[in-house]
This record gives sequence, structure tokens and C-alpha cells, in this order.
Amino acid sequence: MRVALFITCLADQFYAEAGVATVRLLRALGVEVDFPKGQTCCGQPAFNAGHWNEARSLAQRTIRILEDAEYVVLPSGSCASMVRNHYPELLPGDGEALRLSEKTYELSQFLVRVLGVTELGKGLEGKKIAYHHGCHALRELGVKEEPLLLLKNGGAEILPWEAAEECCGFGGLFSVKLPEVSLAMADRKLSTLPQADALTSTDAGCLLHLSGRMGKRGENMRVVPLATLLWEAYGG
Amino acid sequence: MGVKAKLYPKEAARLLREKPGVREAVTGATLHFEQGRKKAYGEIDAEAWRERAKRVKDHLLSHLDHYLELAEKRLREKGVQVHWAEGPEEAHRILREVVARHGVKRAVKAKSMLTEELGVNPLLESLGVEVYETDLGEYLIQLLGEPPSHIVGPAIHLALSEIQRLFHGRFGTPLDASPEALAAVARKVLREAFLTAELGISGANFLVAETGTLALMENEGNIRLSTSLPRVHVAFVGIEKLLPRLADLALFLPLTARAATGQRLSTYVSLIQGPSREEEEGPKEVHVVLVDHGRTTLLHDPEAWEVLRCLRCGACLNACPVYRQTGGHPYGYVYSGPIGAVLDPGLLGLEDTYPLPYASTLCGACYEACPVKIPIPKLLLTWRNRAVERGLAPTWEKGAIKAFSQVMQSPSLYRLFSKALRGLPLPQDLLPLLKAWTEGRGPLKPSPKPFHELWQELEE
Repeated sequence: MRVALFITCLADQFYAEAGVATVRLLRALGVEVDFPKGQTCCGQPAFNAGHWNEARSLAQRTIRILEDAEYVVLPSGSCASMVRNHYPELLPGDGEALRLSEKTYELSQFLVRVLGVTELGKGLEGKKIAYHHGCHALRELGVKEEPLLLLKNGGAEILPWEAAEECCGFGGLFSVKLPEVSLAMADRKLSTLPQADALTSTDAGCLLHLSGRMGKRGENMRVVPLATLLWEAYGG
Repeated sequence: MGVKAKLYPKEAARLLREKPGVREAVTGATLHFEQGRKKAYGEIDAEAWRERAKRVKDHLLSHLDHYLELAEKRLREKGVQVHWAEGPEEAHRILREVVARHGVKRAVKAKSMLTEELGVNPLLESLGVEVYETDLGEYLIQLLGEPPSHIVGPAIHLALSEIQRLFHGRFGTPLDASPEALAAVARKVLREAFLTAELGISGANFLVAETGTLALMENEGNIRLSTSLPRVHVAFVGIEKLLPRLADLALFLPLTARAATGQRLSTYVSLIQGPSREEEEGPKEVHVVLVDHGRTTLLHDPEAWEVLRCLRCGACLNACPVYRQTGGHPYGYVYSGPIGAVLDPGLLGLEDTYPLPYASTLCGACYEACPVKIPIPKLLLTWRNRAVERGLAPTWEKGAIKAFSQVMQSPSLYRLFSKALRGLPLPQDLLPLLKAWTEGRGPLKPSPKPFHELWQELEE
């Protein structure tokens, strides 16, 4: 089986480790990994802000780059949902958009649903984890149990967190168009965050926003992409 | 009320800065409602109920002319006087006539968002009529001179201490009076009003076309009193509030209660079947004013009409993490929260409400909560796209998106951008964004090397 990694621009720039972990993990599970050249951004920021012409060009570009892949895997629920749910809406009648949409998966979703892997190893034994459900992973992709299952089976304890399923306030351009509201939302998440060994999620945007706010509040916790923890569960 | 939607971003920021208590009060109350809804949805096959409700509403909206005619016919058969109002002017004319004909000096009102839209209270006051809002929350904000902050809980933004201060100044109650004691004072004032008012005004949760039945849901009993004690009752009904059949209430009453407050049914449901007969007590005259106020235009908008399914339950407000930070006032119109962000542009035009579709992170919690499955995130995106196409986006945003898009279109520019993030100057257009970001979150910390450079190492 061959998988094309779509790293996404945010993870490429800010959580490069998520890409490394994804490649190592997939290879360890016997999957061949390609990294198609020229990939940048899926177009979600432009799409969500209403700039659909720009979003369409970026979507068409991404489709061209990824069209030969057997599967496309992203360490991001939000960008995966952009490809899976919004590309066909943005490019109605475009067969390639639809084909790409159908073979695109967020990493934990791919591991559980496609590979049928629910246990990676016990590398997270004794670790207490706070899991933030990125909204698009949770409500658009329906990825809820997969990451939790993989973390738990990796030995981690998922701490109860009242606000685990609430939006962190990132929202792409929202975070800079309405900065005060965005920060108030991050504060609500953080004020209810349990004391954990690590805070994790599928999405680089949420993590960037929450860890930045955490620093500003003078708080300190390991904030790490899900892919990294899954690789640690494997024993990497 | 006046429309101040354009001020949303500034007002939201100001409220967060100046009145942190609002955030606390609204978050607490909405989380309570939201937990109630989840529990109440958990008792039923919520997906099936919501789907059915959606279909009934879609059927109604696609045959609205038919059902409006039927409703008018049935209402008239029952002796109800039916009026049509395109907007506030006609609604005002109808109300002025009723006030003049009956020499109305005092009116009691059941909570109604539509009457907020139409500015019924200011009109009545200008005619010298004393108006009492009789929903406790609505009465509080009337005393404060504020608009509702929430569709179902208009005073959701107030802390107990504020109400204690208000009543202390107004009625001389102690500053530490209990909620029960405060409610008792309001009850006394409002009882007097119910018994002396010549006119009762309400909205309607539903108007059943098949039977001409007005359905009103509440928990306090004030709606029943407002619509049964005064000798004249005027109900303002948005044309989208119809239901085809009486049997539909069996679905819509419990579904609305579950969505709104987590109740299986509201404490009181009033089904009004026209004026009282000779031997009965109750209003001798009932008027139903069917109000358009932008709804027909919205109905014919192929990309935005679905918002007209709305039952005004407020479930999307309770579920919305953006709304929770500020309550409804910064949205600047009667309808706030996620539903306001897609309804207000439809009713008032996008030009006057431009920032509202951006008052969301597209987290989707509103859609999950909505009892009639209004695709609010999709509608938000539609309005945003229209805003961009109509040139309403600010210059900095257009510049930033264009710069971003150019960078992302070209692998060589992208590599340059990647280097810039790690020390070189960034494109000017992206700097305002960077500043807005770093103020609350500190400097951006890119990975030492981007992944596309690490990939080479992984390949070796």
C-alpha cells in the first residue's frame, strides 16, 4: 500500500515533527510513503474567509499534486475535512475533486478505518493526556473515537476535560479578525484544562493557538501533535 | 430596535474588556441549557426527530402561499381578525387602530422577538400606552432599557447582584434580597398590570394552518395571562412560523422544548382558537398580524432560505462558544449568535450586517444543536463569500489573502516564505495579521526546519 503524505502548510512550518512521526509510523506499519513535491496549502484559510476564487485555485493545485495517490493522509483533521467535504462543494462537477475527497484521511482515521490498526504499542504507559477535539475533525469528519482509542491502547490515560469538545477559538482568520473573542475562548479552554503530561490534538492551528496563549498566561505544558504521540505509543 | 451589527467586532471587544461579568453569566447559563439539551436529545432518536421536523418545515416553506391562505381562512372562520404586514409601518398602523378603537391605556406583552423586530414597544409608548413586558427576564431588561441578550433568556447576561441593585433602586427591596423575593415583587407589579390592561400582545411559536390554532410555549404562565385576561389580544406572527397540521405540534412542541431548555415540554402550552364565545371568559377580540419583514425575499434566495426553518429556540446560541463570550448585545440586532449571523444578513441585507457572518469559528456546534438542521456553518460560508464578492472585506484582508494565495501557488515563493518565517522579513501584507496574532499569544515559533526539508533526511 502506498500513501501520499499531505503535510499541510501549518504542520510543515510549525509542527514538522508531526510529519516525521507520520512517515515513521506509516513505514513501521508496512506502508510506503510518498511526499508529492510542490504541495503547500489546501486553501482552507481563504475558503473559510469567503475568498473562494483564491481557495479554488489552491484546491485545483492541490488536486493536481495529489491525484495519482492511492491514499492521501494528513496529520490534520481540519485540512482533511477541507479536502474531503469542501473540495467537492467548491468544485462541483469536478471528478478529480471527488476522487481525491474519497481517498483522503486524517492520520488516526486512516490507521483505524483503513489499516484496521487499533493498537500501536505501549509506549505511552503511565502518561496522562488531555485531548482537544478539533472541531472539524470531530463534527465534519466524525473523528472522535479513533485518536482516543489509539492513545488509550498505547497505555495513556485520557483525562476528563469539561471543555474537550469545545472550540478553542482558533478558527483560522477568526483568530486575527476577532482576536479578543478568540483569546477569551482559548482562556475558557485553558482554565478548565486538567494537569496533564501533554495536551494533544490533530490540528496544528488549534495547538499553535493554545500553546501560544498558554505561554502568554505563564502556564507550561507539553503541547504536541497527535502524530507524535502515536509514534511514541509505537515505541519510536 | 436600531441595527448596530456593523459594530460587532468593536462591541464584542469592548464588552469583554469592560464587563467581564457578562461572559461569566452567559457562559454559566448557556452551558446549563446546553447540557439540558444534550440530555434531552439523548432520550429520543434526536436525529430522526430533527430530520422529520426539517422535512415538515421544508414542505411548509415550499408551499407557503397555500398554507398562508389556508391559515387565513381558518382564522377568519374562528372569528379572528387577520392582517398582513409587509414590515413595521403596516404593523404599526394596525396596532395604532386597535389602540385608538379600544382606548388602550395599558398593554401587557408576552415575550416576542418579532415585536422587537417591529419596534412595538416604542410605538406604544409614543401613543401614550403603558407597556409591561411580562416575561420576568424581559421585564428586567425593559426596566434597564436594554434589548434582549438571548432569544429565550433575554436577561441571561445579568448577574443576580445587578438585579438586586435594579430592584433596590426601583422598588426599595434590600440589596441582598433573594431571587424568590425579587420574583415576588415583579409578580405583584405584573399581576396588577394583567388585571388592568386593555390589550394583550404576543408572538407565536407556531400557527397551525389546518386549524388556525396559535401555539404558545412558556414556563412562567405570563403568556397565558397576557393572552387571556385583556379583552383584546393581538398576536404578531412571522409568516415562516406556520405548521401545516395540528398533528405536527406533537413533534414540534416537545422538540422545541428539548432544544431550548432541555425540557420534555414547556410548563405551559397555550393553544388559542379565536376569541371567546358569549358564555366564555377571555378576549372578545383576537387579531393575528402575519408579518413578512424580509422573509419573502429570503425565501426566494436559493442559497440562504434554509434559515427560515428557525424555531427561535436559542439552542444554537447555547451551543456557540463565540456567543458565550459576550452574549447577544454586541451582535447589534434582535437575533444574535449563530442564527443571528445568518438570519440578520438575510432580513436586513449584508451591507448593514457585514461582520456578523464572521462571528463564528465554523466549529459546527450550532448545527449539531439545531432542531431543524439549519446548516448554519454552510450559510455562514455563503454570506462570507458574498461579502467578499461585494467588496465588503477590509483592504488588509484582501491584501493578506492575495499575498498568502500567491505564496501558496508557487513552490519557490513558498520556500522563500519558509525562510522568512525563520528570520527574514515577511511580506508587508501579512504583518498586520502577525501583529494581531502575537499580541495575545507571543511570538510565532516555527519548527527549526520545515518538514519539506526534513523529508530529504527521511528519504536517505
